[in-house]
Amino acid sequence: MLPRTIDMYRVLPELLWCGFGALVMLLQPFVRNRHFFTFLALIGTLTGTLASVISAANAGPGFNGLVESDSFSFFFRLLVGTVAFLVVLAAGPYLDRERLPVPEFYALLLFATAGMGVLASAQELLTAFIGLEMSSISSYILAGYRRDSLKSSESAMKYFLLGSFATAFFLYGIALVYGATGTTMLDKMAHTDETSTLLKLGLSMILIGLGFKVAAAPFQVWTPDVYEGAPTPVTALFSAGPKAAAFALLLRIFATVPAATHFWFWAFWVLAVLTMFAGNLGALVQTNIKRLLAYSSIAHAGYILVAFAAVTTMAQAGSAEAGPAYAAVLFYLLTYALVKLGAFTIVSQLGGVGEKNLSLDDYAGLSQRQPVVAAILSIYMLSLLGLPVTAGFFGKFYIFKAAVNSNLIWLAVIMGINSVIGSYYYLRVIVVMYMRESSAEAAAATPVGFPLSVSVVLAVTAIGTILFGVLPNSVINFLLRPNLFGFGH
Amino acid sequence: MLPGGHLLSVLIFFPAVGALALLLLRGDDHKYIRYLSLIVSVAEFIFSLFLLFKAPVGASGYQLEEFAKWINQPPINYHLGVDGISMFLVILTTFLTPISILASWKSVELRVKEFFIMLLMLEVGVVGVFLSLDLFLFFLFWEVMLIPMALLIGIWGHERRVYAAVKFVLYTMAGSILMLVGIIWLYNATGTFDLPTIQQMLANGVLVLAPRTEMILFLAFFLAFAIKVPLFPLHTWLPDAHVEAPTAGSVMLAGVLLKMGTYGMIRFCLPLFPDASRRAAGWVAALAIIGIIYGALVAMVQPNLKKLVAYSSVSHLGFVVLGIFAFHNISMQGAVYQMLAHGISTGALFLVVGMLHDRRHTFEISEYGGLATPMPKLAAFFLFAALSSLGLPMLNGFVGEYLILLGTYQHHWQWASWAALGVILSACYLLWSYQRVFFGEITKEKNRTLPDASVREKWILATMAVVTLWMGIGSTYITRRTAAAAQTVIDQVEPQRPYEASAPSQIMPSLAPMQPTHTAPRAAKPISFERLETR
Repeated sequence: MLPRTIDMYRVLPELLWCGFGALVMLLQPFVRNRHFFTFLALIGTLTGTLASVISAANAGPGFNGLVESDSFSFFFRLLVGTVAFLVVLAAGPYLDRERLPVPEFYALLLFATAGMGVLASAQELLTAFIGLEMSSISSYILAGYRRDSLKSSESAMKYFLLGSFATAFFLYGIALVYGATGTTMLDKMAHTDETSTLLKLGLSMILIGLGFKVAAAPFQVWTPDVYEGAPTPVTALFSAGPKAAAFALLLRIFATVPAATHFWFWAFWVLAVLTMFAGNLGALVQTNIKRLLAYSSIAHAGYILVAFAAVTTMAQAGSAEAGPAYAAVLFYLLTYALVKLGAFTIVSQLGGVGEKNLSLDDYAGLSQRQPVVAAILSIYMLSLLGLPVTAGFFGKFYIFKAAVNSNLIWLAVIMGINSVIGSYYYLRVIVVMYMRESSAEAAAATPVGFPLSVSVVLAVTAIGTILFGVLPNSVINFLLRPNLFGFGH
Repeated sequence: MLPGGHLLSVLIFFPAVGALALLLLRGDDHKYIRYLSLIVSVAEFIFSLFLLFKAPVGASGYQLEEFAKWINQPPINYHLGVDGISMFLVILTTFLTPISILASWKSVELRVKEFFIMLLMLEVGVVGVFLSLDLFLFFLFWEVMLIPMALLIGIWGHERRVYAAVKFVLYTMAGSILMLVGIIWLYNATGTFDLPTIQQMLANGVLVLAPRTEMILFLAFFLAFAIKVPLFPLHTWLPDAHVEAPTAGSVMLAGVLLKMGTYGMIRFCLPLFPDASRRAAGWVAALAIIGIIYGALVAMVQPNLKKLVAYSSVSHLGFVVLGIFAFHNISMQGAVYQMLAHGISTGALFLVVGMLHDRRHTFEISEYGGLATPMPKLAAFFLFAALSSLGLPMLNGFVGEYLILLGTYQHHWQWASWAALGVILSACYLLWSYQRVFFGEITKEKNRTLPDASVREKWILATMAVVTLWMGIGSTYITRRTAAAAQTVIDQVEPQRPYEASAPSQIMPSLAPMQPTHTAPRAAKPISFERLETR
């Protein structure tokens, strides 16, 4: 049986991303021009991202309810698509500099993006699993893309081993949930027996599996090594894309399945606290900028989990009540993705051939050598820190608000304490750039050039960071729509 | 050009426009950069003087309000307003900014453009803090002003500048994050961030906070402000920040930034959480008194001149907090007055200390001695500032301290008598330091040839001296305008004492008649009976 046309519309972004990925692979033996593939990948990511508008216009369940095209998936498709587009822009000069083959990189990137899109729109657990695998397997390879670098291979190996471990957990969880409920469709689970131990066990397995993917403590240990070893544009992708997609799935599960909502409040509470502290305390002692940002992304996963704790509390009064908390998560993911993408792009560019200049000391006196770059990186740091007039502030603010709304005062206070700890190491980056003198050799070296494509990435992310920090209205209004999730219409 | 209905917005954003203009200048055009920033800040000062004419004298409530929707969900508004208290703090800010710019005219040679941009951005944040009537907006400016200040300390400061800058930010951050939680909590209870609306709800009894909740919220706000003031024992960031900051940074820090803490107490802690404020008043006053005496004692033994002035700030700000938490109209006005006076006199002290540093590159008192011989003018200005700081009658410090002690005495004579020790001690440390630095024989050969105040320095210090003198003599010009606002706060915190509200505008035209009218006892016991007796 052929799928209906409308079903195709509802997964159009993923189809396009996959299609372009396959096209890149097919053309690889025939075209020698590197720029051609960059161009193709740009078109692929862009058309896929734009196609999400078509999907959103044809909202509704697709393929008998396996996927759901709704505002929620629209938001995430836009997000991961834009992230992929910007990563392609940033990766072009990087791949040239490191003399790495181009086509495979883009193909894998496109497949990973498609996987994230599936994750964000899946309404059924096995479909979600396929999405997870698509994005994970591509990510493993991308992490090891600098084959001749020991660190990159180590990163890929670690990511692969721990990632497959997590995936196994996830799959086992699906099996148990299926055993308990007789279905893998999320919307059907809404009406099942909540007290079943099997269901709880299955959901906890799923939570562990996704906990790995979003780097929640105590499943976070892989993050710094993988982030450090992977090629920096890939790290940018990791911190923005797959994380957002995994959070999307987590949110969809815990928004849809009441059993999940009621039971998991404390799990999220504990996870959030552990993750925040693990990330922030770990980041305090880092001297490598990539590792610092890796730990910071653990900490930010913790902040998002605070919102999850709020989601689970609020959703007990019905899914509609939790609207602000969902919006908080989504808005945070958006701001966070922008900032991390920009920051890693700068790190990638300043790293130099072979990514040698990754120590914080290499950033000493950057404000003298490259004032614009230092200023932009400062904007990112201030946004991560959560200072007003940057998007990160509103992200944090909405999470604070969600937490206080659901009477999680202590969690809010702990998050506040963590924000202060966090501000120390973000400030340290600014301090190093602005208040220390360059080393003699760094001062003598010619400033690192920023090609047009990289500058575009920086401009988009920096302007976005400021824009959403001053006028978050449009995004928030969109996220607060009552029919964020497709079901119920 | 007379800014029309949007005077407050102009006041906030005009320096930002100036900073943008600076950004366009070439980095090595030091002369133009300095002149442009001076012109911008002087223009800003002139704009701020319009406040005096636009806001009616003696009116209570907020004037010149501006309101615009900003964010729909949650409803955050761009709501500005000014009253008698914030008006003068704004003017103090806009006055000290050009002074700071002039003070940095020669001493800042490194990254000149960025320096002046930071000073102007600092002004944006501080003026925004004083004019915001929306809790969220207030928090926003409160946080925004951190970064320019931290950079001012961290880039243009002295040896341990980075440590001081980071410490400054972390301390403030720790307090303000708790305040953010408090603000959101309050929003949950009220559904609005709008300060006047919340006050209205409290007055109408629509909003009733449980005692415990109120106390927690009070503490969340109070802690943020107490760190900023800084109240003992949260003051440890202050000496570091002051000593390491460049002169302009110190002037702004002592002159204006510390006042943001006490202003926050007056504007938010007292009106929003009156019961909690009353319950906490004893503790707060105790800390304030400890701060007064402790700050003075530590100042006395400082070998470092700048640190001495910094600790004197701890002592003087203790007076302000005491005056606020005595809940008396006179002490409240005294607190406001002391905030302004301290800004001027301590600012002047920091300026002179900075000028000494420009010449000798040290703050150690032992390096100086006998300076009155080579530089008589600078010595005279220092003495003038020191005298105003220690509260010599006819100078501005006297008015503030006297009003605080007088008002506090009406309610708690014990508090006032302990605090009065601080007045004596401040005379000790200031005069003693003056003696060691300026009098006696010249001990170091280097000091013999130091140049006296230049024309620029004379103008700066003369301006400060004129303002000091004017505030000491013409104090009623200011108190006439602060009286109503202070009374509004008192009414909100202690609504059961209406008789003080009877004639707020008549209280302050002269100092003479206020004593008899205001020896009323504390309200708890049968009020009318005791009042009859005292009369």
